[in-house]
Amino acid sequence: MAVTTVDPPVFPAPARLTFRDKWLAKDGWARRGPLLPALVFVIVLTQLPFVATLVISLMRWNSNYPDDIGFTGLSNFTTVFTDADLRSAVFVTIEMTVVVVLVSLVLGLGVALLLNRQFFGRGIVRTLMIAPFLIVPVAAALFWKHGIYNPVYGLLNGLLTLVHGPQVDWITQYPRLAVDVQLIWQWTPFMMLILLAGLQSRPAEVLEAAAVDGASPWKVFRFITLPHMRRYLELGALLGSIYIVQNFDSVYTLTAGALGTANLPYQVYETLYSANDYGLASAQGVIVVVGSIVIATFALRTVSTLFSEEVSR
Amino acid sequence: MTTLTVPSAPETRSARDAGAGDRSATRPGSKATRRGNAAAGIVAWVVALLFFFPVLWMVLTSLHSEPDAAGNPPKLFAPLTLDGYRTFFGSASGASPWPPLINSAEASVVSTLLVLCLAIPAAYALAVKPVRRWTDVMFFFLSTKMLPVVAGLLPLYIIAKQIGALDTMWYLIVLYTAMNLPIAVWMMRSFLAEVPPALFEAASLDGAGIVRTLRSVVVPIASPGIAATALICFIFSWNELLLANTLTSTVAQTAPVFLTSFVTSQGLFLAKVSAAATVISLPVLIAGFAAQDKLVQGLSLGAVK
Repeated sequence: MAVTTVDPPVFPAPARLTFRDKWLAKDGWARRGPLLPALVFVIVLTQLPFVATLVISLMRWNSNYPDDIGFTGLSNFTTVFTDADLRSAVFVTIEMTVVVVLVSLVLGLGVALLLNRQFFGRGIVRTLMIAPFLIVPVAAALFWKHGIYNPVYGLLNGLLTLVHGPQVDWITQYPRLAVDVQLIWQWTPFMMLILLAGLQSRPAEVLEAAAVDGASPWKVFRFITLPHMRRYLELGALLGSIYIVQNFDSVYTLTAGALGTANLPYQVYETLYSANDYGLASAQGVIVVVGSIVIATFALRTVSTLFSEEVSR
Repeated sequence: MTTLTVPSAPETRSARDAGAGDRSATRPGSKATRRGNAAAGIVAWVVALLFFFPVLWMVLTSLHSEPDAAGNPPKLFAPLTLDGYRTFFGSASGASPWPPLINSAEASVVSTLLVLCLAIPAAYALAVKPVRRWTDVMFFFLSTKMLPVVAGLLPLYIIAKQIGALDTMWYLIVLYTAMNLPIAVWMMRSFLAEVPPALFEAASLDGAGIVRTLRSVVVPIASPGIAATALICFIFSWNELLLANTLTSTVAQTAPVFLTSFVTSQGLFLAKVSAAATVISLPVLIAGFAAQDKLVQGLSLGAVK
């Protein structure tokens, strides 16, 4: 490839210029052509709706009052931050994202470190570990609600009965914890997969050299594994955040947003459906996006370092 | 060991290798490592079984009778029955699950096919003969994936209402296509980047046009990558709830939406619910295990191999 593109100036440039220019332009479109349908499709269906949301967020628009539609400036945003329910949704979203991401990241790292060693039935263990992630999110939340958390016949209280423990109404007493634990159960496998891939991409020469120099397992972990894993940890945290900030299925199914578990995506849905307040729902949507953009900026940077390594290889 | 004083590259290396051999022979390192591995194995098995247990319990409960499923303490060894599945599929309890299951299958399969038709040419343009600023295009695709669905939910709902697309399959299919396209482009690009460029050059030298090249060169060579991409897109579409819940009601209702409206009946229903959850998860479990090796790559949008 390199040889053909480094074309020494053998051609008398002026004479051929127009022809070559045309040819290049034609080639440009031939190259760009296959890309365009996908690009246009994505722009139309993801960027335009967001612009519309931005506009509607500045409007007074409740479908219950179709005659009273107009521009209100930032009042929808003021409402989001002054209304106690909505403010709580902002905090619930943050708390849920941080707790679920951090705990599943730590658990995922632990499991990945275990799985990175040689032992009997490693493939089976990996397969078993992935299973929670492959249960449809709604189905998982529904089964956890009735099969595991239910105070009368749920698995947790069933096990407590066996050891003569107390009976607990898990979702009512610990609503946020119940949602968090169910999400952690689903997301630990995801983190495990990414971190395991990271562990397996550690440069073998460096590890061998460390072994030769008699480095202790802790030192290997601290000075080789952790620095190497930093980017994978970041990537797991950021991708996890992006998905969990948007979580709707678990909140909707486990608690239907009651008991102080409503997060922003659930609130948007609720405002849209029950209150029919389009302007307010849009303002909430914009706030979710702003939060996501903050995370996404870091996420994109992390991906781009991994990506540029791959490209330069 | 005197060779070390004259450090020429190959000799130092061999000296170090020899040293490594000596040391590991004198230290009981390998034995300790083996013991460590065994311990790690035991812990790993315990943790994995703990994580897997809810899945196992779900399947087991779905095979119990309703009274056994609602037992407290849990009846692990209760007799197995298919009653839960019979109640779920028999429409005795209300609506039949078949239309939503078929809708889900249709939305997932058709949107996945559309995604592939759009993503393979795009990935070709980004990997094989990259257009200018192709990395920018890649990151544009990625950034759209970071825009939460709720950001566009309302306009999509209003548009659907205006053009009469509420509760239709095609609208859902179009949206799922847009939702999965960025992932597919990233995955397909990383698969195509691994193919030796000489193959594509040969095709173009033989006078194959873009369509021909895609059909007779790209698709056959990248078929394992295409399969993995398809499975990932299928999983995401099949799982989707928020859009389906907002935009469909009766005609185009998908399986996840059906599942949320499932628990309305009185009396014991845990076996039935478990059966429903198992049936709906089965396609994803199959697709996920089939794509196991490529799962990470798909979930990390191709950033991790």
